[in-house]
Amino acid sequence: MEQNYTKEHATKELLTKNRSILYRSFGDRLFSYSVFGLGITVILCTVLMALVLYGDGAEAIKKFGFFGFLTGRVWDPGITMEFGAYPFILGTLITSLAALAISFIPAISVAIFTAEYSPRWLSSIIDNLVNLIAAVPSVIIGLWGIFIFAPWMRDTFYTHIYMWFLDHYPTMLPIVGNPIGYGMTTAILILAMMIIPYTTVITVDAVKKVPKEQREAAYALGATKWEVIRMAVLPYARGGILAGVMLSFGRAIGETMAVAMLIGNRNNLPFSILGPASTMPSVIVNEFREAVENIHLSSIIAVGFYLFIISLIVNLIAAYIQRKFSLTGARTI
Amino acid sequence: MKLVTKFIVLALMLTVLFGANLQAQRRVELLGAGASFPAPLMTAMADEYRDITNRRVTINYQSIGSGGGIRQFSEQTIMFGMTEAFLSDEVMRNIERNTGGKAFNLPITLADVVVTYNIPNIEKGLIFDGPLLADIFLGKITRWNDRRISALNPGVRLPRLPLQVVHRSDGSGTTNLWTSYLSKVSKEWETNVGFATSVNWPTGVGANGNEGVAGIVASTPGAIGYNSFSYALLNDMSYGYLKNSSDNIIPPSFDATSAAANIELPEDTRILFTDTPNPIGYPAAGFAWMLCYENMEQNNSINSKQQAEELIRFIIWAINEGQQLSEQLGYAKLPTAAVERSNAMIRQMKWRGEPIGRNILDNE
Repeated sequence: MEQNYTKEHATKELLTKNRSILYRSFGDRLFSYSVFGLGITVILCTVLMALVLYGDGAEAIKKFGFFGFLTGRVWDPGITMEFGAYPFILGTLITSLAALAISFIPAISVAIFTAEYSPRWLSSIIDNLVNLIAAVPSVIIGLWGIFIFAPWMRDTFYTHIYMWFLDHYPTMLPIVGNPIGYGMTTAILILAMMIIPYTTVITVDAVKKVPKEQREAAYALGATKWEVIRMAVLPYARGGILAGVMLSFGRAIGETMAVAMLIGNRNNLPFSILGPASTMPSVIVNEFREAVENIHLSSIIAVGFYLFIISLIVNLIAAYIQRKFSLTGARTI
Repeated sequence: MKLVTKFIVLALMLTVLFGANLQAQRRVELLGAGASFPAPLMTAMADEYRDITNRRVTINYQSIGSGGGIRQFSEQTIMFGMTEAFLSDEVMRNIERNTGGKAFNLPITLADVVVTYNIPNIEKGLIFDGPLLADIFLGKITRWNDRRISALNPGVRLPRLPLQVVHRSDGSGTTNLWTSYLSKVSKEWETNVGFATSVNWPTGVGANGNEGVAGIVASTPGAIGYNSFSYALLNDMSYGYLKNSSDNIIPPSFDATSAAANIELPEDTRILFTDTPNPIGYPAAGFAWMLCYENMEQNNSINSKQQAEELIRFIIWAINEGQQLSEQLGYAKLPTAAVERSNAMIRQMKWRGEPIGRNILDNE
């Protein structure tokens, strides 16, 4: 016992007081330097990216003001050369949040089914198919949306909804919007479909990681399967589930091609439910290539800068939520 | 005998080596960048020109968009730029101040835009005029059986279908051309929307690229949009005929587009001739320009007189023989009026004061 103690003590002393002994050999040093260097590179890249975005967008931010650009409602590259990002910020937040809300329940349900209920062969099939959705390039999803999904939604739902409102509440029509099929609702539905895999995959992992004892204890108390999932599994896994949700949200904010192809790209407010709208990534991808005027190009890059900031905030919130809600073994439910 | 063989072999080797060396020295790569619309034509011209010059002159063209073309041309990272919007007065002034000479906008090909639509049971050939199209794209006309559409198309049974406007959402030369046409024919459009590669559209849904607009028009009954003529032709879309400023109904064609540009052009060819005064010209057409400096040694990406001369030779070839490639690729040929103006500008191109443009034009 005592010998053991001294050994541990010696190791501890070695590690804390005499660190240089750890990096004695050349290989050790080389490895630690290169790992350090690569780690720093990532930080540098992020900082440089923000700096470049700010630098190239500075002309617009200076001209319209930091908050003026944020709240400006006009985007006119034709005559007044006045630019404001408010419609795009609004469009991005509405589409991402709505897509998240729509995809949440289906994504969690699929995860619970594959992790808890289905036989192994079925869950491996479902897992693979879910992963496949994430692997389809977004431009393919966009094409499918243009030629199949949007016309089908228009003929099956939008036109009838529009007609119903026309007959019963014609005053609501400006809110309902043009039922052409290429607009906010279509973009939200496609986005929801695209982010399901991110929530599902991480939730499956989180559910599978719930310790066996947790379930057994719940069963021992006489819980049914549903009660076990509700009271023992889900609360234990909620940190992981939230992480998946935030990852999906980040993905929805940044999704570009499929949204740009389906949202209808209307650059000015007011947006309507079925009618065209636009998001921050969609306006960037649309107008970047052929922006001739300097202030136009600068405004587009400034939109990118604000998108960067919003993504940063979302990530910080995600990290905070995850830390606050995850359960470690030591805490009780 | 042996000595003679040796000598011959040596002589042969020397010729081959020296010849190859000469060839390598004279090999030139011309670097250009800009508009994406003329990119397929540039690629075809580059292939053809490389064959003509026995692989001596290669052209490296990057299709990065008109804005990028103008910017890189001003920053002198490319030998020639390409754009669908001519250089603004401000850019022209800056370049004149920085290089002591003009920047030339040389017409290289023609772009044309047609109005495309999807009405069940109605083929191509609906007739539109400028004010009507402006009002459609302003959102003032909402149904296909509107009185003003039927007035232009007597005998066509137009359905009571809602009119859905589709426009390009990405910045494009096509949009620049189309909005410039609408600006010329409608005061209201000119003051409220204006023209540019992308504008603040008063109505309609935006789609990405020619293919995006075509996709939405094809899948939406009642849709009306605009596409480049060659795209509409290749994809068998229904397109309309336009009434030009002389009240003639012009079906879109390469000849009508060339005719539109065959007018009195300003010396620097910086003109948007949409709504052309030519009575047989198609009204929604415009140039794509190649950008060059007057004092070519001022362009930092051109390193030698030889490169400058090869560039001039290529430009001369492209606006003359090279135009034969146009129609099979969906572009209209340049009219003589434009070629004459270009020749006049090429004559002014210099290398350290030496008029190499004039020398090449006169001697070759």
